[in-house]
Amino acid sequence: MENWLKVCSLEEIPRLGTRQLKHGEKNIALFRTDDDQVFALLDRCPHKSGPLSQGIVCGRHVTCPLHNWNIALEDGKAMAPDVGETSPYPVKIESGSVFIRL
Amino acid sequence: MQKLKLVMVGNGMAGVRTLEEVLKLAPDLYDITVFGAEPYANYNRIMLSPVLAGEQTIQDIMLNDVDWYAEHGIRLHLNKKIVKIDRKARVVVAADGTEAGYDRLILATGSTPFILPLPGNDLAGVIGFRDIHDVDAMVAASQQHKHAVVIGGGLLGLEAANGLKLRGMDVTVVHIAEYLLERQLDKTAAGLLQKSLEDKGLKFLLQKQTEQIVGKDGRVAALRFKDGSEIPADLVVMAVGIRPNSALAESAGIHCSRGVVVNDTMQTYDPRIYAVGECVNHRGIAYGLVAPLFEMAKVCANHLAQMGIGRYVGSVTSTKLKVTGIDLFSAGNFSGGENTEDIVLSDPMGGVYKKLVLQDNKLVGACLYGDTVYGAWYFQLLREGRDVADIRDHLMFGQSHVGDVGHQGQNKAAAMSDEMEVCGCNGVCKGDIVKAIKLNGLFTVDDVKKHTKAASSCGSCTGLVEQILASTLGGDYSPAPAAKSMCGCTDYTHEEVRAVIREQKLLSIPEAMEFMQWRTPNGCASCRPALNYYLISTWPREAKDDPQSRFINERAHANIQKDGTYSVVPRMWGGLTNAADLRRIADVADKYAVPMIRVTGGQRIDLFGIKKEDLPGVWADLDMPSGHAYGKALRTVKTCVGSEFCRFGTQNSTQMGIDLEKAFYKMWAPHKVKLAVSGCPRNCAEAAIKDVGVIGVDSGWEIYVGGNGGIKTEVAEFLVKVKTAEEVLEYSGAFLQLYREEARYLDRTVHWLQRVGLDYVKKKVLEDEAGRKALYARLMFAVQGENDPWRERAVAGEARREFEVLTV
Repeated sequence: MENWLKVCSLEEIPRLGTRQLKHGEKNIALFRTDDDQVFALLDRCPHKSGPLSQGIVCGRHVTCPLHNWNIALEDGKAMAPDVGETSPYPVKIESGSVFIRL
Repeated sequence: MQKLKLVMVGNGMAGVRTLEEVLKLAPDLYDITVFGAEPYANYNRIMLSPVLAGEQTIQDIMLNDVDWYAEHGIRLHLNKKIVKIDRKARVVVAADGTEAGYDRLILATGSTPFILPLPGNDLAGVIGFRDIHDVDAMVAASQQHKHAVVIGGGLLGLEAANGLKLRGMDVTVVHIAEYLLERQLDKTAAGLLQKSLEDKGLKFLLQKQTEQIVGKDGRVAALRFKDGSEIPADLVVMAVGIRPNSALAESAGIHCSRGVVVNDTMQTYDPRIYAVGECVNHRGIAYGLVAPLFEMAKVCANHLAQMGIGRYVGSVTSTKLKVTGIDLFSAGNFSGGENTEDIVLSDPMGGVYKKLVLQDNKLVGACLYGDTVYGAWYFQLLREGRDVADIRDHLMFGQSHVGDVGHQGQNKAAAMSDEMEVCGCNGVCKGDIVKAIKLNGLFTVDDVKKHTKAASSCGSCTGLVEQILASTLGGDYSPAPAAKSMCGCTDYTHEEVRAVIREQKLLSIPEAMEFMQWRTPNGCASCRPALNYYLISTWPREAKDDPQSRFINERAHANIQKDGTYSVVPRMWGGLTNAADLRRIADVADKYAVPMIRVTGGQRIDLFGIKKEDLPGVWADLDMPSGHAYGKALRTVKTCVGSEFCRFGTQNSTQMGIDLEKAFYKMWAPHKVKLAVSGCPRNCAEAAIKDVGVIGVDSGWEIYVGGNGGIKTEVAEFLVKVKTAEEVLEYSGAFLQLYREEARYLDRTVHWLQRVGLDYVKKKVLEDEAGRKALYARLMFAVQGENDPWRERAVAGEARREFEVLTV
């Protein structure tokens, strides 16, 4: 698989925290879980376009800062009973660096 | 890994709710099989009365259809009655020979109506009122026959009688006691009820004992009483109580005594076998209402999911008969006894009767007829065991916990039509809520919040939503338990969490979660900020503040707006400013092209539309302290002109405001805190609706606490009058510290005060001088450990990273 882009080192994303990533016009939210996995979603809540990068990360989901929707980090889907989804992007970590494919 | 085999006998509400909870907690742990004796999937049994009354259909009350079982990989056997449990081989056997092995077994066999041992009780037309089959039989009878007799004047009996009457039958209720609903009402209320039911056309025979059911050609024809009289009957519905179905358990040698006996984790004497619902005897009580059953389901699921922290300790129940047009509510010991006092409001002509029973200044029982709006509130007081001495004089008139804005001033759900708006924040109408409750089988305010969004924003309509739930669900609505756990991640209440953090000296969130066995790996967006606050407020300068457990506003030290930009409010002590500050604010507005500048309600200047990455630059250029307009913290101290310029001013209120603000700013709190100081009783600074309001009078200062100008306007209560500015600082500081140490996260001062009472605060802050000084000292210790967050972030460093955007 080609086109992995290096983003930053793992340490630059706080544990249970987030970072904003810009790629041209595209806003992407990066999330680091408790067990040091990193996920990336389009930075738009399916509800009212809230910036997910400003949310709180718990387990495998992020809570949107605007109206508390919970969005799954793996697939970008809103958790029940809410319905909707935002795009996920593949992320990998290699020797301490975070890579994304857009 | 091989999944464990979980088998459930019974397919009713308690059982299926247990499975739902298990699937939520441990979706992959079990391979699940369900046996149901009825031919239907899970339906909402408590809605059978409306079905009988013709207000709903069977389709309306299905909770989980067959597809639900398939979706969750549950093997469903309908129409199969389990007749044997082989505990040695761990196998259950159905009447048709179907077998299923289990590692864990749930007995949810429910109950059956008690059929009186009368001659003729096996005649056609003699039935109970329990399942869809019974409803079908009643509907069929109503089409061919005229005379119906219901034996039993309890909740179920009256609902059956009402339904049959609506179906066009001539209905007589036969009741052995002196008055109706003797377990739910006192004699006066029961009299009122009987009168309104008689107005609907029902007939009653009280203190009548049936001797025989008389048949004709194999079908019931009449009822004969012990006194020799007789009435015609083509249909007899027995509603004299239920009997737990424990025969199956008994045959397997499991200890039963008026139900399957279980412990607090819902296990029977065979620990592999659990039991939930109406078949259970827990601490000697068999419950027949749905709310306790759901509490059992939760605990049972928790244990099955191998978490083992939930315990069921029994339920206090309340009842509410739902016959359209009749409102009654009762809870606790409403008949009273020795050492109790009654407060009674009786208006028989107006059809209203209310009785509250008090013991040792606590509410121990309530019986309401005709006006039940405050039933939920009384029930909560009762469960909390709250001291009601200070509200005793207006207890009878209820407490409007319904806010007064956003729903057209309505505070009674019953008076609202379907298209009227209940939740003004999210635009949810009454009809939407009723529909969601019926369609999705919702039972709690939390469920309604999740499904409809009503009451999920500002919460002012929570009371209305509760009322709608109560009136839609009728007898089976039970308000949320008073001692509520913090959130779904734990069973601990806010108070318990605070106590554990203090006693165990816990200093970080992971430590606290591990010690208290949090259910979720990192908590949720509701408990993490609360935990973080409890840690730093209990152990200032020691506990580690976790930015990732703060709402974004407190993490970014600015207020997030709907478009993802932020607003910035610099601190202006006491609302005073000067030309140099204003000039700098104007320059910043130009430099960062600020699209909107406005003056806030708290006399500060708010700059809107600032990009997150610009925030540190804005703060550096402003060179003013943070206004904390984003935090659960001291927001502003609003002041009036005061004696410096005002011809009415008696005290220097601006200076007092500045002193207060300088003393308490940087103070994190359970919720936002607003202060005001007025220089005379004209009160231009609106001190009466602030958390702490100070009013200057000629001889000193009056301090008021617990005011609130928000969702529901609350006028602050007088705390104390003091002479000097130093005393104002000490008394208001001690009050705020007590609030910081004892309130639940997200409680405003008024909510906390309503719970603990002003007398308690007076005891701690006024009467105990050493305690007051210690409180004040602790507050000073805490705020002096805090730095100005803007200044820290205006310079480069780790804290800046939050505001930097990565690019690829």
